[in-house]
Amino acid sequence: MKERLRLLELMVTIREFEELTRRLYKEHVIQGALHLYIGEEATAVGACAALRPDDYILSTHRGHGHCIAKGGDLKKMLAELAGRRTGYCRGRGGSMHLFAPDIGLMGGNGIVGGGIPLALGVAYAVRYNETDQVVVCFFSDGASNQGTWHESMNMAALWNLPLIFLCENNQYAATTPVADTLCVPDVARRAAGYGMPGEVVDGMDVEAVREATARAVSRARLGEGPSLIECVTFRYEAHCMVLADHRKRPKGETERWQGHDPIDLLEKRLLNDKQATSEEIASLRQSVLDKLQEAEFFARESEFPDPEEFRAEHERGNWQCVR
Amino acid sequence: MRQIRYTQALNEALHEEMERDPSVMQLGEDIGPYGGVWEIHRGLLSKFGPMRVRQTPISECGFIGLAVGAAMSGLRPVVEIMYIDFITTAMDQVINQAAKLPLMSGGAVKVPLVIRGEQGSGTREAAQHSQNLESWFVHTPGLKVVMPSTPYDAKGLLKSAIRDDEPVMFLEHRLLYGEKGEVPEGEYVVPIGEGIVRREGKDLTVVSTSYFLLKVLEAAQTLEAEGIDVEVIDPRTLMPLDINLIVNSVQKTGKLLVVQEATVVASMGAEIVRQVVETAFDALQATPRVIGNAHVPMPYSPVLEDTCMPSRGDLLETIRQMAVGTRSKRIVS
Repeated sequence: MKERLRLLELMVTIREFEELTRRLYKEHVIQGALHLYIGEEATAVGACAALRPDDYILSTHRGHGHCIAKGGDLKKMLAELAGRRTGYCRGRGGSMHLFAPDIGLMGGNGIVGGGIPLALGVAYAVRYNETDQVVVCFFSDGASNQGTWHESMNMAALWNLPLIFLCENNQYAATTPVADTLCVPDVARRAAGYGMPGEVVDGMDVEAVREATARAVSRARLGEGPSLIECVTFRYEAHCMVLADHRKRPKGETERWQGHDPIDLLEKRLLNDKQATSEEIASLRQSVLDKLQEAEFFARESEFPDPEEFRAEHERGNWQCVR
Repeated sequence: MRQIRYTQALNEALHEEMERDPSVMQLGEDIGPYGGVWEIHRGLLSKFGPMRVRQTPISECGFIGLAVGAAMSGLRPVVEIMYIDFITTAMDQVINQAAKLPLMSGGAVKVPLVIRGEQGSGTREAAQHSQNLESWFVHTPGLKVVMPSTPYDAKGLLKSAIRDDEPVMFLEHRLLYGEKGEVPEGEYVVPIGEGIVRREGKDLTVVSTSYFLLKVLEAAQTLEAEGIDVEVIDPRTLMPLDINLIVNSVQKTGKLLVVQEATVVASMGAEIVRQVVETAFDALQATPRVIGNAHVPMPYSPVLEDTCMPSRGDLLETIRQMAVGTRSKRIVS
């Protein structure tokens, strides 16, 4: 498939995957915490498009998009979200904790900023093993206010590690607007304090994200150290399924960002450049929906993990005090 | 057999494990040219280089997280926390990351990590440098907790901890660092999870570990002259705990005293009593007890610190009372 069509396919997959999880959540097939990535598709897809299969990423609590963009298996993802034994983590992790080292995904994280030092460690191991892999650490505007971020920025620069700090500035930390949490106009300028390049890119433009990431990747592979990229994007939906913060935003804000939608943007470019026809795009969308239907069927039909097996696996579980 | 100091035993373990396995590395403050403030890293930097002996900024949360990420990627990091009190700045990485990632990932990643450092009271360093935090870590599923009390165990258990595929909290005591003990020249390990009977006796079981164990052994020696025969058990590992060794002893003596330096409320001592009461209640001939530090932040002034810790006299008196007491004559403290 043409590369640009592949970018479109991945973004459509993420959006439709999230729509499906929303539906499955309402049916209680998915329970607990669920954070939708709708609106932010271009950042994950653009960043991962600049990576090799053996490069690493570290994800966040809002991580479905990262997993799909890095080549994740939709069936194993959805089965994990449904708590089934066939899921990526055998039903132990759920939505916020997708781990797939085979595709370079070293885990989501339920603690905002918690995964950033882990990315530092993965990058350290890359240097230790003297390979030319790179690590992309996804985090948000919110996480850039955590101490872990500042500590990790300092150490990554100090030791020249092959780490790309990829900020998804989606304008809100849970319900709090970024202007109320950041002491500078953008996260990228904080890079200067750690002696590394910082760049702001249009996070709704998948190709711009890919190009910026490719530049940072090239620096990292050449041993020139870490970079910070701030992708300016927008979360269309609430922070999570039990909040309604998206309904309390300034009037017209969401609509304004939707007018700069990452999927529409690339579709228009493909049509303008005559690299795809409307029919091709419609058929691409249909094939995504078909794959998701298969994944949904797989997840629903999969068995739950066996509690007895789990108990046996965890001898130190002090089970005699449970019942 | 040769006698070496506790810190030398730790240093030997680090040298030997780094020679044996190229994935073993060190992280911590001041561990480079200076060799660590406790001198446990002596000679490592010049032998293994900065990639494997990484001196860090004062960023405990960041470098423990780095160690977790490196462990997920196949390395075997050993992190030094200069004072265990400082780990509070890194608790997310210990509790939410290191302890949980193996399970949450469904086994997709392992975290073969050792976090080692000294703790303890009694050195007049005030409340932020005088804690004993082992019970916090025991309380957290996903961590192993080791507390060696002799140079022999320090070396053998550190080697086991480094080879373990799970995160291990390796808690030392700074007043043990200068203690000497027999350590053989050759290779050996002490398995995690095995306690040891330090002294056999028939009147009372005293469970203690780390620096307090030395005081308990001295007290047992003193009381022998009074005809009190104390059995002393050193669990060496608190998670997993060798509860059978303790229960077997209590079944013989009928009495249990746990002596610890940590504050007692919701502590390891309380946990040991719970387990013994639940599994061997009928064997108990006296009310089991725990003595340890008072439930206050440790004050600085020597006279105040001393009043917060069980003294030699307190220890002797508690053992004497328990040795003669019975369950029908409950001892109220």
